[in-house]
Amino acid sequence: MGHGPAVKLEKDKSTPYKSKLGIKFFLFYTALYASFVVINSVKPSIMQKVYMGQTVAVLYGFFLIIFAFILAMFYNRLCTAAETRMNK
Amino acid sequence: MIYTQSPLAIGLFVAFVLFVLSLSFYLARRTTSSDSYYAAGGNIHWMVNGIAFAGDYLSAASFLGICGMIATAGYDGWMYSIGYLAGWIVALFVVAEPMKRLGKYTFTDALDSKFNSKSIQLAAAVSTLMISVFYLIPQMVGAGVLVKPLLGMPHWVGVCIVGIVVTLIVATAGMASTTYVQFFKGGLLLVVSATVVIMVLFRGLSTSPENNGLPYHEFKTLEASVAADGSLEVGKGYQAPADWRSTEFGEAGYVKLSKDGRNTVWRIMEGENGGYLLEETLHVTEKADGTQLYNGAPKEAGKFFPVGHIKELRVDGQEVAATGAVGPFAYLSAIKDSTIILWGKEYIKQGGNTYTVYYQKPTPGARILRPGLKFKVDNATATEKFNFISLMLALFCGTAALPHILIRYYTVPSQAAARKSTIVAIASIGFFYILTLFLGLGAMTSGVINMTDNNMSAPLLALSFGVVLFAIISSLAFATVLGTVSGLIVAASGAVAHDLMDNFLGMNMSDKGKVLAGKTVAIIVGCIAIYLGIIFEGMNVSFLVGWAFAVAASANLPAIVMLLFWSKTTAQGVSSSILVGLVAALGLILVSPDMWTRYGLLPSDAPVAFNSPALISIPLAFITLVIVSLLTQKGVTNEATEAAEA
Repeated sequence: MGHGPAVKLEKDKSTPYKSKLGIKFFLFYTALYASFVVINSVKPSIMQKVYMGQTVAVLYGFFLIIFAFILAMFYNRLCTAAETRMNK
Repeated sequence: MIYTQSPLAIGLFVAFVLFVLSLSFYLARRTTSSDSYYAAGGNIHWMVNGIAFAGDYLSAASFLGICGMIATAGYDGWMYSIGYLAGWIVALFVVAEPMKRLGKYTFTDALDSKFNSKSIQLAAAVSTLMISVFYLIPQMVGAGVLVKPLLGMPHWVGVCIVGIVVTLIVATAGMASTTYVQFFKGGLLLVVSATVVIMVLFRGLSTSPENNGLPYHEFKTLEASVAADGSLEVGKGYQAPADWRSTEFGEAGYVKLSKDGRNTVWRIMEGENGGYLLEETLHVTEKADGTQLYNGAPKEAGKFFPVGHIKELRVDGQEVAATGAVGPFAYLSAIKDSTIILWGKEYIKQGGNTYTVYYQKPTPGARILRPGLKFKVDNATATEKFNFISLMLALFCGTAALPHILIRYYTVPSQAAARKSTIVAIASIGFFYILTLFLGLGAMTSGVINMTDNNMSAPLLALSFGVVLFAIISSLAFATVLGTVSGLIVAASGAVAHDLMDNFLGMNMSDKGKVLAGKTVAIIVGCIAIYLGIIFEGMNVSFLVGWAFAVAASANLPAIVMLLFWSKTTAQGVSSSILVGLVAALGLILVSPDMWTRYGLLPSDAPVAFNSPALISIPLAFITLVIVSLLTQKGVTNEATEAAEA
């Protein structure tokens, strides 16, 4: 019925490893995001506190955005290494 | 006049359109197979695909809606940016590589890869169509919103221009032309937005905002006293009605004054020595015959002033008039320590006319740079907390379930390329969302906000730096709509031509026939998009995108996640989950207090007390999938065997 990728894919033996790694990273980031939502809904006054000249809300927001990129780069590095190692 | 019709903006937009159309017609010569039409041949470089993701994702809602929301409600608007960006983590860690591995042209392909099930093909195609239409409506409405003030043309003209151009882009070269339109649009959006933010930081903050050489309207405060006969004495040529205290305005705490034949509305505050202070407001009068007056005069008279200024500017504890050029963190810090004038809104009915009064609300900067001005989080009721959490859940789960985003994974050559392009998307979209904070706060403090339409805050912020930047931003805003709508039309045409006609109905089309069907459906969807863009004129842009996210998160994400990570998932479980998620999310939205207001009813009479359904509809879809899958376990072996034999 026309399923399967539009281009022929090489067999990737690292897929199970990458899936498990992805879930771990996902759960870790989800915990950070969930904490952000919970603080906002349970104790929003914490978000107005000031550290390093900025409100916690601003710092947490920047952290969630920038850390997403850092985590993504780290994940890519581990995945690329696994692909090289397992698909020799 | 708040808006300026700029020939340069028109010229730049026409140049962009001619460029993308030339590119589309050039690429059309190479688009002869269904692989090239639906998946751009699967050989797009991951870097190009990553920026194209940004071009696809950063819609009018992101660019115009979020900046406008931050300009009027501060941090709460930026919460959307944070939620939208966090959603890309789900895309990267959970769906990117499996989607590439399992699918061919559409989201349905991936869901159906194990089963070859008619029920999944139908349910996923319907879900794709519904989500694409919900997403299309605000984009098309946004096109009309932009064209009206910027080009001086009616709403429907803007909708038709965008609809026709996008249909041509998609019907010529499908995903190939769509990819490059999104790539150029995404790249331009990042560069131009960063330029505006750098200019905002160089200008710094001031209590007297500059607006392209035009002075900022100083909102007056008048002293008034009550005479022995009860009349209000104001002076300076202003006349108050004799019954000022007993009118609807008086009861609401306002007074309508007349001067030189024009009415203005003032907010009454207690003054010293028993007198009153009258604070100038802005107001829109909607007369019974439908005509509108802006601050007591026709719109063209320019009496409805742009707003947004700092009342007290503080740097390092000292009150100053201007900061001069500052860095990004010093900019945020100065706003935190200052007092900003935000604007509240109140409706007053009098003599068959409806008055919308916008009044000044001095707000501490630290209050603006934390949640709570739009979302009720302080001393919130259980329902208000539910609404907030549910919205943040929908934003988090929605991105990885949007069909027009997922189909971009089929345009790259490998799983590694799918992963790397998602990381480029996270970098570029994250960078843009950081910029939205400065764009929004820049508009908030630069005296450029049009209170009747805060979606125009970003273009008007650019106008405060001169007409050239305004023209660039305005033409880019049109390009923004083109990029997103083209992706949506590709997704919708794939759902009909590939999922429904080819797979579900088994029409067994030739490869050329599939391309022809895709192009024909693209033209039909384009016409429907134009029609919807016209009939939905006046609806809030972000509101409808919120629908699309809630429905996508509820209908699609549970099915994707369980298919990938639960071996007992069955075809019946997947299709039931999609339908339950779709119906539950849509049903709850349609009976929500927000919709009750739109029906002209009292929101308190709505059958449900919350507006955001995700917290109920997502778990419901998961539970449905688990229960139905467990009840239909017998079919798993048979289906798997059939699929293997097919």
